[in-house]
Amino acid sequence: MSWLTDYVRPRIPGFSAKKKEVPDDLWTSCPSCQQMIYAPLLSETHRCCPHCEHHMRMPMLERFALLFDDGQFERIDIPSVAADPLKFKDLKRYGDRLKDAQTKTGEKDSLGAAHGLMGGREVVVAIMNFAFMGGSMGMAMGETFVKAAEKAIEAKAPFIIFTASGGARMQEGILSLMQMPRTTVALQMVKEAGLPYLVVLTDPTTGGVSASFAMLGDLTLAEPGAQIGFAGKRVIKQTTGEDLPDGFQTAEFLQERGIIDVVVARKDMKDKLVQLLSLLLGDALLELPSPEEVPGERLPDVAAEEGSQDATSDDAATEAKDA
Amino acid sequence: MWLEIVIWQPLRVVTPPNEKDQALEKLPLMSLAILDFEKSVTELERKIQELKRLANKQSQSGEKTEEGAAKGDSLPDDMGEEIARLEDKVAKQLKSLYANLSPWQKAQVARHPDRPHFLAYVEALCEDFQPLSGDRAFHDDQAIIGGLARFRGERVMVIGQEKGHDMATRVKHNFGMARPEGYRKAIRLMALADRFNLPILTFVDTSGAYPGVGAEERGQAEAIARSIEKCLDVSVPIIATVIGEGGSGGAIAIAAANQVLMLEHAIYSVISPEGCASILWRDGSHASDAANALKLTAQDLKGLKVIDEIVAEPLGGAHRDPQAVVQALSDALYVALQAEMSRDGDGLKRQRRQKFLGMGRNLGVAA
Repeated sequence: MSWLTDYVRPRIPGFSAKKKEVPDDLWTSCPSCQQMIYAPLLSETHRCCPHCEHHMRMPMLERFALLFDDGQFERIDIPSVAADPLKFKDLKRYGDRLKDAQTKTGEKDSLGAAHGLMGGREVVVAIMNFAFMGGSMGMAMGETFVKAAEKAIEAKAPFIIFTASGGARMQEGILSLMQMPRTTVALQMVKEAGLPYLVVLTDPTTGGVSASFAMLGDLTLAEPGAQIGFAGKRVIKQTTGEDLPDGFQTAEFLQERGIIDVVVARKDMKDKLVQLLSLLLGDALLELPSPEEVPGERLPDVAAEEGSQDATSDDAATEAKDA
Repeated sequence: MWLEIVIWQPLRVVTPPNEKDQALEKLPLMSLAILDFEKSVTELERKIQELKRLANKQSQSGEKTEEGAAKGDSLPDDMGEEIARLEDKVAKQLKSLYANLSPWQKAQVARHPDRPHFLAYVEALCEDFQPLSGDRAFHDDQAIIGGLARFRGERVMVIGQEKGHDMATRVKHNFGMARPEGYRKAIRLMALADRFNLPILTFVDTSGAYPGVGAEERGQAEAIARSIEKCLDVSVPIIATVIGEGGSGGAIAIAAANQVLMLEHAIYSVISPEGCASILWRDGSHASDAANALKLTAQDLKGLKVIDEIVAEPLGGAHRDPQAVVQALSDALYVALQAEMSRDGDGLKRQRRQKFLGMGRNLGVAA
């Protein structure tokens, strides 16, 4: 044994082991352009590829931090619901799948909601967490949506939702389907309180989510390249045998066909939302009657609000009608 | 054994009637599509029909025919008695079969090609039906049909999914799978009903909304979402009835109603058992397991308080006695309609919203 074998050799496995760790943690490849990306850079680019600007899926908490002023927000509690109401079991128990997802994500279910200031305006933001069972829609999601909508009405704040979901959560059977009308009722209450309900479609938004609250926004935005549609591509191919056109079901494809309003890059999203809310509502904070005063009534439009600061809500409504 | 195979294999699928069957068409219970689990009943039914035919011939000719003589051994002298005995046996077998249908068997009954479909119900339940076409934007989708009608003297709007009853009509109605135009037609008709204070009766029978390139391009998801929104927004009563298959988003689009009725052997589900099996079991052949797990029967859904009423079907399912099921549905719809018409517009809207908001909240909360 020379000094060489003694000294250098043991170092080699150590060195190579270390080297093996590096690509796992520090390097990732873009699913779109396949270029290698230095991972820490991704948090700076908000999970967009620095080479091709491909928008990767974004963890829920990162997105909250990106949207609220100074990253400050308060989470809205996720209400408890009946867990596994059907006692559903396929190859695995639904109860176990649910627990696994909760452990993996640290979240109770696939929708999180928070409120706070965005561009100085109080807003309620709900974000769907694709990492939690594919962002699937079950009773907990529906209940969180309702709670967030109620918070928006209470705080007279616009309600913004970021969607990402494969659709209904089959393991809750018909009760997952019933979240389509349930969430619709909640967003109707927001709209009837005169508050904007904005939807931002992110990758992917399909199935029962796309066929309910995701397509009912006063304004509908989407992130570039996001897959958005009702039926899955595979199902369409299998059922119809049709060839799918280029860019089928992407955000840009939908915009071209008049289904959504605008495609906005993630880095510009907050500014765009602030701008849109300001265009819809004016710069001042909303002065609206509380929901108890006008149950189920249409509210005066925003234009009528100006100059009626002292007027009661009913007067404002009358003025709006007279105008 | 060999004989059995020869006889029963073709019966697994929809068999075209042979000439003999056509002669018997006037007789009841002549089903062209035979479900696997009903084979024993079908065998008896065929025997009855054969006996009736022979009895008929005998009474015509006044003596045993050549055919009758050939079967002389098994042919009792008093065929009337034998027929009655067999009919009694059929009734007993059907009763025990249909009292214990598994969810997967119910799915097959719900999709039975001879089951009455939307247009048959409208024709039988309503008078003065005037179909109204089109979404005013693109097309007249034939998978969703709707129009003005009178139901027991009451002016109503009827809207439903039509599957078709033979190859030509199935193609015409796209097997009951609507495209965006269909849902937009439904929205238009609901708005019209709202304007003229007409209660809306919807009839759900679809395997789901059509998954096609054009449907996606024209906003299938948006059309369904707006249809749900419209259901929840109108100030007139909506009574929805699941008459066959309530397939997912395509079904709820016209079923967010004040009251939801369901025929005894209909199914209503977030996904088809086959679809669920291929995703969760990674094997479509587990459809029966998926059907069990999904809780898609009328009885399960009543337990979950997702539907309000179960409408009893005649013995052996709606396809065995369409008149009986029409009568039962007519009565159930009348009761539901009377109850809802006592509410005013705001009350109807509020009831509908509270009903859906409350769904699932009564199932107990996890610790």
